[in-house]
Amino acid sequence: MNTLANEIVRDTGAITAAELAKGGTFSGTVGTITVAEPRMVCREVNVWYGDKHAIKDVSLDIGKNEVVSMIGPSGCGKSTFLRCLNRMNDTVPGARVTGSIKLDGQDIYDKGLDPVPLRAQVGMVFQKPNPFPKSIYENIAYGPRIHGLTNSKAELDALVEDSLRKAGLWKEVSDRLDQPGTGLSGGQQQRLCIARTIAVSPEVILMDEPCSALDPIATAVIEELIDELRENYSIAIVTHSMQQAARVSQRTAYFHLGDLVEVGETDQVFTNPRHKLTEDYITGRFG
Amino acid sequence: MSSPSIVSNGGASGSAQAPRRTIDVVNASLKRRHAQERRFRFLGAIAVLLGLLFVAILFIDIVVKGHTAFRQTYIHVPVDFDAVTLDPTGERDPQTLANADYAGLIKASMRKLFPDITDRRELRELYALVSVGAAQELQRMVLAHPSVVGTTRDIWVLAGADVDMLMKGHIDRDLPESDRRIKDSSLALLDRMIADGRIEKRLNWGFLTNGTSREPEMAGIAGALMGSFYTLTLTLLFSFPIGVGAALYLEEFAAKNRWTDLIEVNINNLAAVPSIVFGLLGLAVFINVFGVPRSTPLVGALVLTLMTLPTIIIASRAALKSVPPSIREAALGVGASPLQTQFHHVLPLAMPGMLTGTIIGMAQALGETAPLLMIGMIAFIVDIPNGFTDAATVLPVQIFLWADSPERGFVERTSAAIMVLLGFLLLMNLVAILLRRRFERRW
Repeated sequence: MNTLANEIVRDTGAITAAELAKGGTFSGTVGTITVAEPRMVCREVNVWYGDKHAIKDVSLDIGKNEVVSMIGPSGCGKSTFLRCLNRMNDTVPGARVTGSIKLDGQDIYDKGLDPVPLRAQVGMVFQKPNPFPKSIYENIAYGPRIHGLTNSKAELDALVEDSLRKAGLWKEVSDRLDQPGTGLSGGQQQRLCIARTIAVSPEVILMDEPCSALDPIATAVIEELIDELRENYSIAIVTHSMQQAARVSQRTAYFHLGDLVEVGETDQVFTNPRHKLTEDYITGRFG
Repeated sequence: MSSPSIVSNGGASGSAQAPRRTIDVVNASLKRRHAQERRFRFLGAIAVLLGLLFVAILFIDIVVKGHTAFRQTYIHVPVDFDAVTLDPTGERDPQTLANADYAGLIKASMRKLFPDITDRRELRELYALVSVGAAQELQRMVLAHPSVVGTTRDIWVLAGADVDMLMKGHIDRDLPESDRRIKDSSLALLDRMIADGRIEKRLNWGFLTNGTSREPEMAGIAGALMGSFYTLTLTLLFSFPIGVGAALYLEEFAAKNRWTDLIEVNINNLAAVPSIVFGLLGLAVFINVFGVPRSTPLVGALVLTLMTLPTIIIASRAALKSVPPSIREAALGVGASPLQTQFHHVLPLAMPGMLTGTIIGMAQALGETAPLLMIGMIAFIVDIPNGFTDAATVLPVQIFLWADSPERGFVERTSAAIMVLLGFLLLMNLVAILLRRRFERRW
């Protein structure tokens, strides 16, 4: 039944090729999709852009205090899947999502659910740093202000400082909070965007190739930051750099043409991939 | 017969097949390509020069013809504000003062200047040297300062249109008397007054403060200027919020389907509808159905709003499209609602483009005549409008009306009114550009 099952290269026993061939629990995914303490639970998620079936029966958990990285060749649907997690795909005309995605037990695609508070709970950092064309202070203060998270100017100031500290940007910008955010360097801008996301105290942070526009030094700073943020948040990160996935994440998911092919502990996926497609990708045979 | 040709062909192709370097091919065509570019640049430069030349001719013509309207001929006359004629009761009652015979006052003063003239025909010629507006001026003066009654004052009174034209050189003294608007006898009187220093061209504030008039020397632009001001203010108040709101809704909120496509096509078509059609619509709908008062800035603004809306909507949509989507994602990503995203982040960034579209639309509206003819703004209105529902006319209609008048004195006033219109336009654009500067963020 599952053509992908035939490609399994190593049978570790968690899900066997034989089980999958029988029509296993989930679509072709190899590995353990569940975690002990899940924050977000996605089951059989399908996404269509018009007629294009972009995501096929993807099931995956995002655990508490862990970084899940999503890798795969371009156009494999990893960004699409990430954007489902805070309903960013709602803004794409013709996009259709089926299946269930739950945040702490609440289905986020529930008819009555308002995506506005959801996006405060599930923050997002984008590929290209996109600070608002306003001052650094305003960039951070905007979210808390529209949600009414603070009651006084002093509280807001404290929150801005705290967010910038957590994003490791405070020392660099504390003396020029009134300067435009767009005047910072690329790496600083991306950390500003992370600080902006943190400022509304989300539970999950989604990062869509956050370092693809940055140089290696800025990338290293952001990676360090991601590791620190893990203590307080759940993080899902899409990346094209396998080294980055290996460095920052605890679990790795490999996507291929809309299918979630393999999920596992990062070490296992990179050192001991169980699916042929995963092995081909991480050994650089394609992608 | 055929074989030699085959041989020669073979020889030719053989030599052509000798390896030709790419650079030779490129060099061969280079001259032609450069020539093409030179021709295009030359044509462009010629076009720009021609354009500038015509604009220069236009402006020079307007200024040369119109600048004289800003000076007006006045006659210096000692006026005896005779208490017996003006205020027989002696109570200084404004009603009595207003109804007094000021034309008679002027005539008496003119007679006093030339005591030797007694012939009725010559007296009529003498009176004609002064504008009929002079009597109104005296009336205004007496009503404002009743204390002048009983005194004799030296007053510069407005000269008649013919005197003004003569002084400005628009009437040729060398023409035979029968072809001239001023007869020899009047000319003699004038020459005596000129010799006495009683005739002078003075700054013509009346042109900027009076309403229009049948008499060119009294006609002013203030009525049309205020009419344009009220009409455009209302047009801006109506069309900017509606246009920006429509663009925002259509671009950012409306579902993209056949209906919105249809609406978009229709908006684009509306921008190309002849403006007089909007005038007909205003007449049929605003005046006849809704009963909006005719000839008022209100109904004019409603019609011009319809006319400018497509321009503003199209420009605003283009401005919204040019805002990078990453800004929308950033705002949505921190949990801003779609409306907050638009108003806090997208609109400020699109504002300069929207203002540009609004400037274009308002400039169009300022110069529009045709639709206003249909809703009665072509009426001859002397009073300066004081509000949005007073009968009014606008600058381009006033220019049209004056250009249509046969009196020689209206020629310079037509040109001068065009200068005022252009000045108004410049002022409006200046304000809009300053506003745009404020909104434009340089980061």
